Amino acid sequence: MSATYAAAHSFNKVMEILDRFERSETKIIPILQAVQEEYRYLPQEVMTFIATSLGVSPARLYGVATFYSHFSLEPKGKHIIKMCDGTACHVRGSSAVIDAIRKRLNLTAKKITTDDMMYTFETVSCLGACGLAPVLVVDDAIHGQVTPEQALDAIEKIEAEERENA
Amino acid sequence: MEKYIYINDRPVLWEDEKNILALARKAHIEIPTFCYHSELSLYGACRLCMVEVEGRGLVTSCSTEPFEGMRIKTHTRQILKLRKTIVEMLLANHDQECPKCSRADDCKLRDVSNRLGIDKVRFRKTRERKPKDLGSECLVRDPNKCVLCGDCVRFCDEIQGIGAIDFAARGQNVNVAAAYGKSLAQVDCVNCGQCAAVCPTGAIVVKSHIPQVWDAIHSGEKYVVAQIAPAVRVALGEMFKLPSGELATGKMIAALRILGFKKVFDTAFSADLTVVEEANEFVSRKSKGEKLPIFTSCCPAWVKYAEQSYPQLLGNLSSCRSPQQMFGAIAKERLPQQLGVEKEKLYVVSIMPCTAKKYECKRPEFSHDGIADVDVVLTTQELGRMIKEAGIDLNDLEPESMDLPMGFATGAGVIFGNSGGVSEAVLRYAADKFDIPVPENIVLQEVRGSSGLREASLADGNLKMAVVHGLKNAQILCDKIVSGEAEYDIVEVMACPGGCTGGAGQPIVHNKAQRKARTTSLYHADKTMPLHRAQDNPFINELYETLLEKPNSHQAHELLHTAYKHRKRIDDDELSLSGAGAEDRCKVRVCVGTSCYLRGSQDILAKTLQMVEENAWGKHFDIGATFCSETCDKGPTISIGDQTIHHATLPQIREMISKAAGTRE
Repeated sequence: MSATYAAAHSFNKVMEILDRFERSETKIIPILQAVQEEYRYLPQEVMTFIATSLGVSPARLYGVATFYSHFSLEPKGKHIIKMCDGTACHVRGSSAVIDAIRKRLNLTAKKITTDDMMYTFETVSCLGACGLAPVLVVDDAIHGQVTPEQALDAIEKIEAEERENA
Repeated sequence: MEKYIYINDRPVLWEDEKNILALARKAHIEIPTFCYHSELSLYGACRLCMVEVEGRGLVTSCSTEPFEGMRIKTHTRQILKLRKTIVEMLLANHDQECPKCSRADDCKLRDVSNRLGIDKVRFRKTRERKPKDLGSECLVRDPNKCVLCGDCVRFCDEIQGIGAIDFAARGQNVNVAAAYGKSLAQVDCVNCGQCAAVCPTGAIVVKSHIPQVWDAIHSGEKYVVAQIAPAVRVALGEMFKLPSGELATGKMIAALRILGFKKVFDTAFSADLTVVEEANEFVSRKSKGEKLPIFTSCCPAWVKYAEQSYPQLLGNLSSCRSPQQMFGAIAKERLPQQLGVEKEKLYVVSIMPCTAKKYECKRPEFSHDGIADVDVVLTTQELGRMIKEAGIDLNDLEPESMDLPMGFATGAGVIFGNSGGVSEAVLRYAADKFDIPVPENIVLQEVRGSSGLREASLADGNLKMAVVHGLKNAQILCDKIVSGEAEYDIVEVMACPGGCTGGAGQPIVHNKAQRKARTTSLYHADKTMPLHRAQDNPFINELYETLLEKPNSHQAHELLHTAYKHRKRIDDDELSLSGAGAEDRCKVRVCVGTSCYLRGSQDILAKTLQMVEENAWGKHFDIGATFCSETCDKGPTISIGDQTIHHATLPQIREMISKAAGTRE
């Protein structure tokens, strides 16, 4: 599929998703999950469209989307990096890793996506892998007992791949 | 057999009370609460109403059903301590700018805090300061004063059926927000203001236009006149310790003159005019059998709601402007000459029970050459505050009367403030035409009452009417009308509970009895007036003779009627789906707004995209979904190039797309 059709394709997908979940208000969460899968975030116009289709108010849908940290109303970067800052990871030194990554990517606790839309870095409260603490997830690959140096290496690896593909 | 419950060891008869809180109130014990509202669903969030039930321990009294022989304590040491702690925690994050808060005299948080004797707050603030929402013409939201009781959210959803605001985010960041954190002005809020009326604090308040009015009065250049809506006179007194419903018309007029208003007129006068125009519009439609039912159009919250949600019914709305705007138009047309004032200097202030009237007067269609028909709207609350600010003792004033001619009204115009009043006024006017017997006391019981949806069948079933208040009820009714399940001739809609007397611009209501007293008083006011039918108003007749010719004349249409247009619910962009920005492509826009969506536009869009994709015509088209092309009654609406297609069908669109592609291949 060419890039020209990407937006149209996504919108068709939204319609499919709505049909699949029978446009039922009780299925708001799976619908939003599927839509976010498609767009990598929840665009406002699409949310309004979904609200209309489900017969709920846009404010209610916004409430649901902002309740769960899984949902994002901002576009996310191409690569998503998550650092666990739950109790176990925190005790085992996640703060130093977080600081190193933020410094490397020029991000803060509030600004989580780089301007070039390449990276999104977020902290999560627990990944359920406390035995591996501190835990870093880079594009779904899990890195255990990670140090600041290892985290920066992981980013360098992505950079190298991106240069190669460019 | 009678059942008893023991509250603080004293027996209380348990009748049909659904919860301990209601039972305690009956036993004259006021249990503090923020989130319990008898007209809304149970929420149980504020935890302030905890009581001790023997054998069960602490329970929330709002959400606990009584059982026979239940023994309840309402003020044990533990309960009092708990309540104090809860209120302290709320105060810690509450912006305590009480002396500057317009709800200072009517704040539940302040009241409860005082009653519990809280003299210090042991906790520090944990929430970050958030900006106020100043965008709306009618309401100001200040999240820093919100206690998260959710009364506003539930009222908007459950009574008005809109849900313009809801809880957003989670944990310590939770807040009440409009969709996408936008301003109320950019979303589907209809400005009814009931959120402000149920708010226990000053987190949502009526936007004040007092400074503009003082400026006009003090300028010395403006000739400031007032029009007073019917419902104001039965509620203003509450701000001056008069009993609810006490008619304060005369004192209010005297106060307005002292404040500096040059003339004081009655919106009930233009309500009489509305009756004549609307009744004639109805009779004409009825005789032709077209565009029925006719919906009333006096309530600006209902009008905006209809524009957003029922575009297919907009043709059924009476084209009559509301009494406020009829007054404004006639005032700006006639008064300059009658009073010898330049039109530019005439300043019309409306005193309204309503917050949505502030929005209505700013609608562009009600301004001509930069001169608005109504310059500014004050609510009953604001007038009360101005009177207090000027130090006028309302109670001691000698009553005065309205100025002629626009201060003369019949009872028909006065009852406009009650739900059912507009219908009754129209019936009184049109009774002769439909052979409806009118009793000597001219009361038409059929349309009176307090239930949210009332129906009446008159003239041997030839005239079917429905009266609703609360937009959720209107929604239910409209859906039935659209589906053909229900048929009426006249539908009266008012957004607020009980009609205008229950408007959000009125002093804060603490119980239903207060609202009922206002309603009764307005009907009483009608009884004591010399005339009860709009057609008997000599000044209305004079207006037709000298200016308007006859009802629904061309001149009447110019001054007294209006048109409606579809509105988007949310301000946002259209959705570009392919090849946006390329100018040489054929632009295709499919409306997927509510009304077109219901008529199948989505299917057409999906199939069109599929067709374009299968034929690899992508380079020729820029296809997008729009949320409204503002022609909803003719949907589905699709534009291809510079052509706009209404009532579009899939085969038709397929053909046009093929043709457009053909010329470009």
